Amino acid sequence: MQVSGRSATEPSMNTAVSSKNIPSPHLPDKPLFVVEARGSGVDLNLKELWAHRELLYFMVWRDVKIRYKQTLLGAAWAVLQPLLTMLIFTLIFSKVAKIDSDGIPYPVFAYAGLLPWTFFSGAITSSGDSLVGNAHLITKVYFPRLIIPIAGAGAALVSFGVAFPLLVVLMFYYQIGLTWNILLLPLLVLLTTLLAIAVGTWLSAVNVKYRDVKFATPFLVQVWMYASPVAYPASVIPQRFKFLYSLNPLTGIIEGYRAALFGQPINWRSLGMVIPITLALLAYASHEFRKMEKTFADII
Amino acid sequence: MPPIIKAQNVSKQYRLGASQSSYGTLRDALASTVRASFGRKKQDPEKEETIWALRDVSFEIDPGEVVGIIGRNGAGKSTLLKILSRITEPTTGRVELYGRVGSLLEVGTGFHPELTGRENIFLNGVIMGMKREEIERKFDEIVAFAEVSKFLDTPVKRYSSGMYIRLAFAVAAHLEPEILIVDEVLAVGDTSFQRKCLDKMNEVSRHGRTVLFVSHNMPAVTRLCDRTILLDEGTILKDGPSHQVVSAYLKSGLGTTAVREWSDRTRAPGNDVVRLIAVRIRTEDNETRDAADIRKPVGVEMEYEVLRTGHVLMPNYHFFNEEGVNVFVAGDHDPLWRRRARPIGHYLSTAWIPGNFLSEGTVIVGVAISTFDPVVVHFYERDAVAFQVVDSLDGDSARGDYGGPMPGVVRPLLKWETQFVPSEETNPMSSPEVRNA
Repeated sequence: MQVSGRSATEPSMNTAVSSKNIPSPHLPDKPLFVVEARGSGVDLNLKELWAHRELLYFMVWRDVKIRYKQTLLGAAWAVLQPLLTMLIFTLIFSKVAKIDSDGIPYPVFAYAGLLPWTFFSGAITSSGDSLVGNAHLITKVYFPRLIIPIAGAGAALVSFGVAFPLLVVLMFYYQIGLTWNILLLPLLVLLTTLLAIAVGTWLSAVNVKYRDVKFATPFLVQVWMYASPVAYPASVIPQRFKFLYSLNPLTGIIEGYRAALFGQPINWRSLGMVIPITLALLAYASHEFRKMEKTFADII
Repeated sequence: MPPIIKAQNVSKQYRLGASQSSYGTLRDALASTVRASFGRKKQDPEKEETIWALRDVSFEIDPGEVVGIIGRNGAGKSTLLKILSRITEPTTGRVELYGRVGSLLEVGTGFHPELTGRENIFLNGVIMGMKREEIERKFDEIVAFAEVSKFLDTPVKRYSSGMYIRLAFAVAAHLEPEILIVDEVLAVGDTSFQRKCLDKMNEVSRHGRTVLFVSHNMPAVTRLCDRTILLDEGTILKDGPSHQVVSAYLKSGLGTTAVREWSDRTRAPGNDVVRLIAVRIRTEDNETRDAADIRKPVGVEMEYEVLRTGHVLMPNYHFFNEEGVNVFVAGDHDPLWRRRARPIGHYLSTAWIPGNFLSEGTVIVGVAISTFDPVVVHFYERDAVAFQVVDSLDGDSARGDYGGPMPGVVRPLLKWETQFVPSEETNPMSSPEVRNA
């Protein structure tokens, strides 16, 4: 559907409402919306997305609100998930496999990697399932469909925020001081969010047509975790695989988190690759999403 | 005045079965890619079974108009609404909308059972296109309209279905788009609330809002809408003043008539136990007709076939008046068939409504066959047949010699008794019998 937004005309339309008799509203000269078969052209329409930001807020709020309904521990799960994984990792990778963690105590090293990883994997899982899970909305009311997978990622971001304070506690416990590197953190969170939106959006759209996505996602998540420096430092990767390894944008991001938190030297080269890769994935995913979007209501 | 909605040659094609199992699997996609790369011809998309849900539909709607859209199931009404509400796009053609659209294709879109009434008002309102500030401003009004103030902080999963619908409609009723699209939402809820909704829609339209109203409730369409569009098989069959279009629809057999016969067995209502063949309205003289004298009994006849034995079947009728009020329900209580499974065969069950009982006007009959314990509704064909009840002015009906409009969902002719005590002063000749009576 092609939509030409003309929100500037909206206030003038409301003046007709107060009149009791047959009103003569000032109709805009050009249609507010045109509904027709969309050609191959894809218009991202960020303006429309922005106009629906309140809806995004409420969708995130709803997902957060109902996520832990009827659970005993509630939002504590947001902390428990990375915490329990950290304990398992510590047992296996640190105590048994005796993996080197670049001089950082392994528990806090692992938690610093698990925090963005849990956010990312949680985001792509819930956002990948989001369109199908909200089929009743898609067939009954119009709003920019992109809101749905973005909200899925947004809810995961909230869990990330809940789990974050434990990291501060751990750092305090292991007496790791902050450096100016911490200023990099907001950029890293933004990059993680954008990457999660890109992957989640694409998965959600493909899932509408091919429900295989639901089964494939857990494997994707598992493989992706081992292909990222979550449980181990990137420094253990042999030199000849380094380039291939750095094509995974999560490599640069997770390494970035550790550098920002622990004051290790920032790998600008690797971070420099993350930004274009993330933006390219985001552009591709939203383009594909827009293309597939027009048939959502018919085939979901 | 320039139109607020302009639809030009709108057509919509669906792949057959698209609603159920259109989503393919990756395997199919991969297989077709492999086929294509090995030089074999891909399936011709034209050869796929398709259906035109809408064909070349054009119309214009002026601001402030309240337009009904009617037609039997599958006529394309829902597809048209979905295109107008921008949920799906037409295959060809175009629609221009000169105002914001609020669509109410379902009550309670986005309601979440775990959230409270208060939370759902906000969520649903925002989904329907309201601003948060707007919802806050109308919050008290919405709550008052829904009559749920005591349960605002209760999760809606604990609401009765009536409360749920009231709350959902209350939010929708407070939408203020220039164009409001409403789909059959009044089919739910109790009668007093239905009336409230109709009143609210009336009010909305008086305020200059453009309303598109899809309904099977013909009396409501006639009352609310000045103009009605009749769709059939995806095209506009008639477009004009509501009373004309509605009566043409009712007469044409597209809508409800005194006789309905299902010649195509595969499309007849029913299941593998029992299948409906025909429904007829008839008089005592065995004539099928769509007008009945208010004083005479009316027979409602259902012809059906039992395909599998072992079920105690109860044919039942649901009678509605023009306002959509369920006047009464009648089940077959023939003692011969009580608790007795009906053997395979052909049946004709007739229920007789006594004369001097129904009110004047249109009576719409829903037809069903059910089994109890456990409850199975083998079929329920709503709006199966309809007939007019005509009150004579001969003076021997409940109306007597009164010629004006008479309210009431039924109009029984009651037995009246009169006691009379004459006042002694004015009538000293009064008879002692009357006084003692």
